[in-house]
Amino acid sequence: MGNKKKIVGIILTIITLILFLLTMFPFFIVVINSAKASLEIIMDPLKMPDHWSQLWTNIKTIWTKPTVKYASSVLSSTIITLSSLLTISVFSAMAAWVLVRNKTKTSTVIFMLFLSGLIIPFQVVMFPLVSFFRVIHEVTGIHMLRTYHGIIIAYIGFGAPLAIFMFHGFIKSIPKELEEAATIDGCSKPQIFFKIVMPILKPIFVTVIILNAIWIWNDFLLPSLILGVGQDIQTIPIAIQNFAGSFVKKWDLIMTAVLMAAAPVIVLFLFLQKHIIKGMVSGSIK
Amino acid sequence: MKKNNRLYYWLFLAPALFAFSIVVVIPFGMGIYYSLTDWTAVAGLKSNWVGFANYKAMFSDFAFKYSFARTFLFTLISVITINGMALLFAFLVTRDIKFKNFFRAGFFIPNLIGGIVLGYVWQFIFKSVVPVMGAYLGIPALEDLLILADPTLTLFGLIMAFTWQYAGYIMMIYVAALLNVPQELLEAADIDGANFFQKFKSITLPMIAQAFTITSFLTLVNAFKQYDIIIALSKGGPSDMYKGEVVNSSEMLAVHIYNVAFKYNNMAEGQARAIVFFLVLSVVSIGQVYYNKKREVEM
Repeated sequence: MGNKKKIVGIILTIITLILFLLTMFPFFIVVINSAKASLEIIMDPLKMPDHWSQLWTNIKTIWTKPTVKYASSVLSSTIITLSSLLTISVFSAMAAWVLVRNKTKTSTVIFMLFLSGLIIPFQVVMFPLVSFFRVIHEVTGIHMLRTYHGIIIAYIGFGAPLAIFMFHGFIKSIPKELEEAATIDGCSKPQIFFKIVMPILKPIFVTVIILNAIWIWNDFLLPSLILGVGQDIQTIPIAIQNFAGSFVKKWDLIMTAVLMAAAPVIVLFLFLQKHIIKGMVSGSIK
Repeated sequence: MKKNNRLYYWLFLAPALFAFSIVVVIPFGMGIYYSLTDWTAVAGLKSNWVGFANYKAMFSDFAFKYSFARTFLFTLISVITINGMALLFAFLVTRDIKFKNFFRAGFFIPNLIGGIVLGYVWQFIFKSVVPVMGAYLGIPALEDLLILADPTLTLFGLIMAFTWQYAGYIMMIYVAALLNVPQELLEAADIDGANFFQKFKSITLPMIAQAFTITSFLTLVNAFKQYDIIIALSKGGPSDMYKGEVVNSSEMLAVHIYNVAFKYNNMAEGQARAIVFFLVLSVVSIGQVYYNKKREVEM
């Protein structure tokens, strides 16, 4: 019995290993071909690169190429992702908290309104959204398209429903007594929220931030409509699409750009693995 | 004091409610209206009421019907392949094997790669790597294979890329469900002499039914809305002949809506198709959840 179990264990490990290697194969292809010159790839995309130093040359080319604008898109992607994460999570937590703690008809209606946002696909609002952003500019003079605040507001609007839903569920399970005691001690509402409630919400913050980070960092359709392709502000997926979507396929540089886009995210994941996996799973189950 | 409370209530709601209103609620309402007009999105041009003309045009447009059918096919197969792979991964990494966590992380990693980026990776694999692999392995059929020139193979190529991206995430949900299956139950079944398949059917499967409702919902919705991978991998092509009409074989609905609006410059018709897209997605996904919830109870 014990022996049989051992053999089954070994066989399963081997099957898993094979599937793992197949899963890693595209990454392997990306890495070896980022270290090749164009001609080397055409000759044989499967062999090891002649000189790994070519990788550095390719990275420098991508980083400095004026048609790609990679450096500035890394900066833009970072600004957009970080600001959106901060605002989505804090604003949603604030909204969810008052919605749970004030059990009125208004609260129910507003909560339902947010929930309806969960089933609305981006496609159904994207054309009018661009049009409405233009109207806002005409009426108020505030530019919404091709600006940081425009895209960040868009991410808050699309990210809030799921985040509010998740915070709402969690806040319901927190006893009110702590907040009531703080009120008696003379704390104001903002003090109670930021000093007492927010620390308790930490696990949901982690989940909300991780789910939204993966979405926003990789998102393409929304930024391509709001920021435009080939404009001053562009995110990494837009930069890659702009450069890789052209007719001449420079696979050496495309593979390098892909590697540069994927590597930091994967490294970050490996460091924060436990939190990320826990956060994503608990987020999906709720 | 009471007045103060009301003030804070609205102050705390304001940022999220404001953003949600201007990017979802108002555009949603505008979208319904625009779909009933000859809207062009050109500034200063007034749009005229046309009733259901845009919807009628859609149902007589062969490209739309074709795209609809292709999207259903893509979604159906993707749901099966993604859930199949995810379940297989989940089973393996919850067994008694070495390096469990390492493998788990490995299967999950493709999920971190965005659709645009991974679309180009797979385009490269299909165009440049597969023929060379054929040469290495001495398989001439593989050597001459132009996957992205063949409509059926392109569809499967897209499904493969999507499965590669998404199966690891779905696996995580199954893993969480499988770890919740009480070990005592399985041991008791062992003592009673149940074999692997009996245990799977009578214990594991009912226990993961709840996870299945979530995973099939997520895969269904995400397959139906797929845009990025298609844009980077096949751009909606290759074109094909179907019932005597020229069609774009991988132009799924999300791509089709965008193309109608911008490529063919028909914003109002694109918007009407988006509304139908939304209605179908809601009905199918909510219906699916309802059906599975009912089954969960029966199991």
